[in-house]
Amino acid sequence: MSDSPALTTYTRFSGCGAKLGPGVLDEALCGLEQPAYPRLLAGFSSSEDAGLFLLDDGLALVQTVDFFPPIVDDPFMFGRIAAANALSDVYAMGARPLTALCLVCYPLKSLGLDSLKAMMEGGLDALIEAGCALLGGHSVEDAEPKLGYAVTGLVDPKRAWRNNTLRPGAALILTKPLGTGLLNMALRAECASEEALNLAQTSMALLNKRAAEILAEGDVWACTDITGFGLAGHAAEMVDGAPCGLKIRYADLPLIPGVEEWAAMGLVPEGTFRNKQGRLRFIENVEALDPVMLDIVFDPQTSGGLLAAIPADRATELQEVMRAQGVFATLIGETGGRPGTVEFLV
Amino acid sequence: MSPSRRVLDARGLACPQPVILTRKALAEGGFSELEVIVNTSSGRENVARFAGHAGCTIGSIEESSEETRIVIQPRVANLSDPTSTESLTEATMPPVEPGIQTILLSSRTIGRGDDELGALLMRAFLYTLTESETLPQQVLLMNSGVTLAAEGSEHLDNLRRLVDLGIEILACGACLEFYKLTEKLAVGRVSNMQEITEFLLEGKALSL
Repeated sequence: MSDSPALTTYTRFSGCGAKLGPGVLDEALCGLEQPAYPRLLAGFSSSEDAGLFLLDDGLALVQTVDFFPPIVDDPFMFGRIAAANALSDVYAMGARPLTALCLVCYPLKSLGLDSLKAMMEGGLDALIEAGCALLGGHSVEDAEPKLGYAVTGLVDPKRAWRNNTLRPGAALILTKPLGTGLLNMALRAECASEEALNLAQTSMALLNKRAAEILAEGDVWACTDITGFGLAGHAAEMVDGAPCGLKIRYADLPLIPGVEEWAAMGLVPEGTFRNKQGRLRFIENVEALDPVMLDIVFDPQTSGGLLAAIPADRATELQEVMRAQGVFATLIGETGGRPGTVEFLV
Repeated sequence: MSPSRRVLDARGLACPQPVILTRKALAEGGFSELEVIVNTSSGRENVARFAGHAGCTIGSIEESSEETRIVIQPRVANLSDPTSTESLTEATMPPVEPGIQTILLSSRTIGRGDDELGALLMRAFLYTLTESETLPQQVLLMNSGVTLAAEGSEHLDNLRRLVDLGIEILACGACLEFYKLTEKLAVGRVSNMQEITEFLLEGKALSL
């Protein structure tokens, strides 16, 4: 095969936009019970980024799995993004990834072997960069391609970063720009500029490794990574049950160029609507936000950045350190407002 | 003289397909009302938003438990409809006072101030121009304006669409040379000061 087929034409939804909505998931998991394992620190009943299981004093297993349909057409790039996205949940727990298993669904007849190989190469490239060993995997013949990884890591449970441990006095730092869901729609509608596509691809293929390492040098009060539920959805998980709320400055959000225009044009992905349905109630000032803003903050992200709550007094310094080391870090807000709510300052 | 209606069935299609089909239908024209049928809330929101963004009027939105029917009236109703009486009258009438014939873009951004904002404005302007009912005949590019039409520019899509709409794009040759882009002009053709001046003096011109 000389020219590689465009991967995204084989799929209805893309990247983390293909996720089931949080409302649906809550409903499906509600009432499911298993024995209370004493070593289980975070399981499916929490909304943590990854599962946490105590092995030994001072050592816990971190496990996560993530796979999705193509978000970009280039198979190598898709492989890298799928691996970076799966690894991200481990980094969001402050853990280091150790091993990975590959999950792949693939239409061999229509896409051919070369694309599959390139996808695998892209994934491995990211795993090697993470120092994470690929142990094996499983494949299924499927009309719609999907790729992802189950990643296992280790962390000292006392030092693990959780997403529900927010407390007052924190500043919020975000380590990647927003808008990959809208970008994917714009690509399909042939509205995306090359500049926007390049920025988004670079950002999605980037590991959250360096960002996590720099964060680990100081205090982290709460951390998550921004994926399918969008910035607002993951911020909602952070404030749910917390003794404080979050105030996020809309104007300071780093956006992929073009996203506001795409949202205004009606190129809003399905996942945004599901996200709003599930988490809109956490937003303090919905009526003050125009629909385009809401669609951007609820835009499902693929391989998004880390969202960390750090002591406010060292936030500026941390942002500078990150930027100096090539991490796209932006301070976007701080704790405040009514507990359990997210307010977007406009 | 009942208005002609085209029906677009976008049921069962995932976003952004309903919007893409609506855009295509509006570009083709030939009707005074477009009825788009969708069966997802995302399709309804997106199509309605697209119609508003394109400057159309939403005639009605009918919702049933199964589907939503959105009736869209193109910006200038009947003009694109060859069967309507109004458009025939319009066609036989003498042309009205012509609008702007020439637009001069002498920078890669619009206005003075923040460059990032200026670039966004340029992008929005060119896009809006492609959707506009009244179009100029020429777009002239001078100084850093020539970079808009050079390889790697984020505006090539919009400029190509303008060419498709019959607009001529002329780039100042000396400016291309100055920016070392002579070989990299991706849309339009090279022009010179004499031709540019003639166009500017000939009809109504607008400099941005």
